[in-house]
Amino acid sequence: MKRCSRCGEGEGVVDLNLIVGGELKTQHLCAKCAAEKGVHTPAALADTPLGGILAAIGADPVLRPEPAADPEPPCPHCGATLQDFRETGRLGCADCYRAFGEPLRELLRRLHGSAHHTGRAYQGPGEPASPPVESTAALQARLERAIANEQFELAAQLRDRLKDRA
Amino acid sequence: MIDLSLLPDGGIGWLEASGPVNHLVLSTRIRLARNLAANRFAARMDSRERQVVLDRVLDAAGRTGTLGQAVTLRVDTLEDWDRRLLLERHLISRELAGNGDRSRAANARALLVQHEASVMVNEEDHLRLQVLVSGVDFGAGWRRIEAVDTELGQQLAFAFHPEFGYLTSCPTNVGTGLRASVLIHLPGLVLTKEINKTLHGLTKIGLTYRGLYGEGSEVVGNFFQLSNQTTLGKSEPELLDHLGAIVQHVIAVEERARQVLLREAPTVLEDKCWRAFGLLRYARTLGFEETMNLLSGVRLGASLRLIPHLGMYALNRILIVSQPAHLNALAGRVMGDEEMSIRRAEFVRETLEAEVRRGQGT
Repeated sequence: MKRCSRCGEGEGVVDLNLIVGGELKTQHLCAKCAAEKGVHTPAALADTPLGGILAAIGADPVLRPEPAADPEPPCPHCGATLQDFRETGRLGCADCYRAFGEPLRELLRRLHGSAHHTGRAYQGPGEPASPPVESTAALQARLERAIANEQFELAAQLRDRLKDRA
Repeated sequence: MIDLSLLPDGGIGWLEASGPVNHLVLSTRIRLARNLAANRFAARMDSRERQVVLDRVLDAAGRTGTLGQAVTLRVDTLEDWDRRLLLERHLISRELAGNGDRSRAANARALLVQHEASVMVNEEDHLRLQVLVSGVDFGAGWRRIEAVDTELGQQLAFAFHPEFGYLTSCPTNVGTGLRASVLIHLPGLVLTKEINKTLHGLTKIGLTYRGLYGEGSEVVGNFFQLSNQTTLGKSEPELLDHLGAIVQHVIAVEERARQVLLREAPTVLEDKCWRAFGLLRYARTLGFEETMNLLSGVRLGASLRLIPHLGMYALNRILIVSQPAHLNALAGRVMGDEEMSIRRAEFVRETLEAEVRRGQGT
């Protein structure tokens, strides 16, 4: 257990990064000292590294624990409940994403700003291996961003790929 | 102790400092989180199921070109110091390195390494694919990890959802499952007191920064890890372009800060770099954090050519080998603090002496 670097007594549960004399210093603070420094560490978050997610869950009206029973039934595959997820921040299996789809969608929007995957489309075993193809429009958009960001090497590569398609 | 000769290039080919902008950016890392569709995730697996997952991954990896020749290390049966050594090489996470008891309690944890590519099995997700390349090179990193992912994905059914993408144990990784980072040296921004503003700015545009060993670790020697924060809603190339653009910006402001220091305080800067060199070159005992801070000064001096004859490879080696588990591996036994400080100083002295001789062509 890492002791609090301020009082030396409590368990350090929060890393507080400070710039002191031009140098970045990290202090490990216990919940009490962190609170005194103005860092919010609700007791429920103190024991977990998943503070960010749990804070998001806490702020989420759908996922916030209610006195009544869970509105969602447990995951049919692994038996995990929404309450389990609230406590650990971890899902039990792939089917949990279907079982808790609606509340998760809200959480994902909060965490990522979106709930829709736009990356690689997975084929799965047995399917013919086709290299992922980016649409011409997507390549064009990346080229424009690369030029705006002055990433000229990347821009040249993207331009060549677009030329090959023309 | 672990036999390092088992790892062809020790999984740290990036030390060679052959990639772009390697005087500033030590390495680029890209990792993909993947899970098997048929098995429960880490939080709900028992030891039998963990073993099933490991067996399936090893079987599948053996049938691929990208991992067919991989060295496999059973992390759960390694000694604490050996796990620590893999952590120091950035080959396993802090979670997998873990404290002895907790980590051993979870069986069937493994690491596969083949050149720049590696796979952690039974970490927070069933698979964490990773590539580490020298310098800042997201293109090279992505091509390599994409090949590993494609091959493994043809052998194993990954958990994938048409709307949410690749499914992960923790929703912070869902979608692409992609986390990319660079290990970057920013002494100019620290010395000009611009670092706080820069780091704060990064967090506003979807980036996060950490110390040398990733999540929860301290910043030492002005080495920072910058990485993307979100994994969903953007494609892999978009995430990498975004991070790449920001890293280029950070490189530009760091270079600018160095030019300001050279212009405004050349003597102070030169003195700082040479003092650091003098201490590393002649000290008889060196602590780890002290070494990292001095190394920062020497690296700055070498990359500004204030200190001649020093290659980045030697400085990268000092960064890695000065760490406790590496020094123990070098000595062939576990040393106490005092002996370790002596051994570290010895290693640093010898490395710098050889490097200066090499640079002078003698």
